[in-house]
Amino acid sequence: MQIINVQTGIPFILNDRPVRSLSAPGTRLLDVLRQEFHLTGTKCGCKEGECGACAVLINGRLVTSCLVAVGSIAHQAVLTIEGYRKTERFAVLDEAFAEMAAVQCGFCTPGMVLATEALLSEHPHPSPEEIRQGLSGNLCRCTGYQALVQAVSTAAQKGAGLW
Amino acid sequence: MRGEALYVDDLVIEGLLYGRLLHSDRARARIRSIRLPKLPPEVTVVDWRDAPARNQIHIVQDDMPIFAKDEVAYVGDVILMLVGPDEQELQNLLSRIQIDYQELTPVLDPQLSQQVFFDYHYGHGQVEQAFAEADHIFSETFHTGLQEQAYLEPNGLIAIPGNRKMTVRGSMQCPYYVKTALVRALGEAADQVQVVQEVTGGGFGGKEDYPSVLACQLAVAALKTGRPVKCILNRREDMATTTKRHPSRCHYKVAVKAGQVTAMDIDVLMDSGAYTTLSPVVLQRGIIGAPGVYRIPNLRVHGQARKTNTVPNGAFRGFGAPQTFFAVEMMMSHIAAALNQEPLAFKARQLVSQGDETSTGGRYHFYVSLPDLIKRAEELSHYREKRQAYARQTAQRYRRGIGIALIYHGCGFTGNSERDFIKAVVKLKKRTDDRVEVLASNADIGQGIKTTFAKIVADQLALPLEQIIVNNPDTDKVPDSGPTVASRSLMTVGQLLAQAAARLKQVWEPGKEQVIEEHYQHPEYMIPFDMDRFAGDAYPTYSWAVSVVELELDRLTGTADILGAWGIFDVGVPIDYNIVQGQMQGGFLQGLGYACMEHLTYSPAGVPQQTSFTDYIIPTAADVPNLVTDLVNNPFSHGPYGAKGAGEMPMVGVAPAYLEALEQAMNCGRLEHVPFTAEDVLDRLSDADGHLHPDFDTWTWQSKSEAESQPADPRQRKG
Repeated sequence: MQIINVQTGIPFILNDRPVRSLSAPGTRLLDVLRQEFHLTGTKCGCKEGECGACAVLINGRLVTSCLVAVGSIAHQAVLTIEGYRKTERFAVLDEAFAEMAAVQCGFCTPGMVLATEALLSEHPHPSPEEIRQGLSGNLCRCTGYQALVQAVSTAAQKGAGLW
Repeated sequence: MRGEALYVDDLVIEGLLYGRLLHSDRARARIRSIRLPKLPPEVTVVDWRDAPARNQIHIVQDDMPIFAKDEVAYVGDVILMLVGPDEQELQNLLSRIQIDYQELTPVLDPQLSQQVFFDYHYGHGQVEQAFAEADHIFSETFHTGLQEQAYLEPNGLIAIPGNRKMTVRGSMQCPYYVKTALVRALGEAADQVQVVQEVTGGGFGGKEDYPSVLACQLAVAALKTGRPVKCILNRREDMATTTKRHPSRCHYKVAVKAGQVTAMDIDVLMDSGAYTTLSPVVLQRGIIGAPGVYRIPNLRVHGQARKTNTVPNGAFRGFGAPQTFFAVEMMMSHIAAALNQEPLAFKARQLVSQGDETSTGGRYHFYVSLPDLIKRAEELSHYREKRQAYARQTAQRYRRGIGIALIYHGCGFTGNSERDFIKAVVKLKKRTDDRVEVLASNADIGQGIKTTFAKIVADQLALPLEQIIVNNPDTDKVPDSGPTVASRSLMTVGQLLAQAAARLKQVWEPGKEQVIEEHYQHPEYMIPFDMDRFAGDAYPTYSWAVSVVELELDRLTGTADILGAWGIFDVGVPIDYNIVQGQMQGGFLQGLGYACMEHLTYSPAGVPQQTSFTDYIIPTAADVPNLVTDLVNNPFSHGPYGAKGAGEMPMVGVAPAYLEALEQAMNCGRLEHVPFTAEDVLDRLSDADGHLHPDFDTWTWQSKSEAESQPADPRQRKG
């Protein structure tokens, strides 16, 4: 059990940098990211863990940040789109998503990108079925998912060796 | 992609307050009194008394109050807003407000409603005579359900008060609709109203009418507090209280003589919900399309939208067409089956073609590409072979089916609205650095209109795409080129931009600032539409589509796997192939959700029962693994580069194609409503012999020569 010091806050690693959150331990990580750290790339679509728009990586694992209390992630590593977009892997995804027109309204995109990262970390050469399963926790109402699946597939080929 | 796009909830605005809405939890009641808890000084109550001019929101009519005064008409009606610096505190305070209601019995079924909001009739030919002379007369009733737009970004706006000026920014499709509503609501309280669209996370119609409502509420709050006020709906609030697709009941009576449909008598009823919002326009589009893509020499159509004490229904991709096209496609398919004919063959014999009259006595002025689309659909899906093969299958548990539907989309606004009401204007502003800014009020809501506009202007001016600037519309800067609806932005506004760009090219002077303005011209070939008689060209042209769905049903669980899905579309000429494909694929999945999974219901007290993604299920990446969409070119002479309307079409034909496939797989008679969920499948299969209970079966079939056309199943005959 972590002891949390209210004065010094909750320490965790945010996009590779050590930070402390002064929010109450029960605060949603989503709200901490958006309001305390002004990282608005993480989107709020439902606050019930259903839509995936708020997905981030915690120690490399994909989670919906709306269902995570900040008090439960002390000393863990949180990666949001703002941190991920500096990586070489992101550059590959960025190009593939653009090439396949996989972004329409863009609201699901940051979560979708991190879901793709989680998927490719586990399956560097995913089959179409694995891609569909891997993205099935992230809702998109615009694309019909077709372009997304093609983008992930393209990224896996072009970025072979990166994952 | 980089998470840098700023949506309304991402904006940082100094001195910002939050507004939280108190919604009615009764479907129909008078408000006797409202008891507020003790409010801290930083919290302000805003209600109907604060409306500076009139407590009404202008959409088409003005029947919706900004804040309910002494009565509420649906669960979700907004009574007041609490405004303050701490959102959580406001939420806690809201839960402690006590309202003393005098409850009235809500009307939830439009068929029982006494209040008719809109009533239209039209038709042509000798309907009674055609029925008297018919070989067969069929009739059946169809129902379609509510559907939620389910854009990923919930509705949200910020109202910012200035010096006798009110600015509203946020998620929306139609900045000038919002502006008009605000001008009327604020009256003399503001000399100037500015509306700015921010990056918008999906709309699908759900941000066509509703933002006018929230904008008026927030502007009143901003006026009272003198501070910027923001409200982003939470998902449950958005699902429970904002506009949805109208449920419908469509009754068809059809005469057939010598294998041809000779008459249709159609009665359409749409559930408007508590207020009128866009119901008249939705109903118009629905009834104009009610005879489908078929040549019907004798036609009578009656349509009504009635009030119920439910969420006001409004715009959603397709806009009335998904309801009636579902009904007519199922009707035609059922008639074909009764006459022992293959549905596609039966339908193909009745198709309209170029030069034919439209349902409203207008004309199909341009080539009707349906035969080409059908051919392509057959090549890709092998529909006919599979249809025959699946008719012979003997499997008990896993059974397959394939279905097809033919539809059109009337491109742009209905009737003369473009000419008489919208009067679109666009501007191109060439800067001194020779970059060209597109000034139009159409909003990019994910459909890619900014890219498409830029491509048109760049091409006309022979400039690189980077030299064209398209910002999100701000009513202080852009002229009113109309709303972002009805798949009109590209066809109508895009054409104006192409013309403006062509003119700019002629007068182009390097290094000089130049502005070109272009006004809408109604196409001369159109037969003027008379709204009173419902006669003339309802649309300048039509886009066409064929949808095919192939599935495998597990009769034990009621679930169906999609084995194949094909959408073949004539959008004229696609300006950006990827964007059009994305629209077609996204729309197709919304259509599939409508067909079999997206289910919204009310409790007997009128409380919405599905208000989250947990119980309102929309398609995921795993649901349709094998969708194929294809485009067949058919250039439109009056559209930019031959383009026509596209975005609404893919939604419309999926439900009837899915249900026709499901009927074949279930092999137990006619299906007549959507959504048809797995539970519905199991219920129907568990009925004594798999047939719809006779009490609920609305199908009737009368034949002139009884002996010749005795139906195989005596239950098919009724009435």
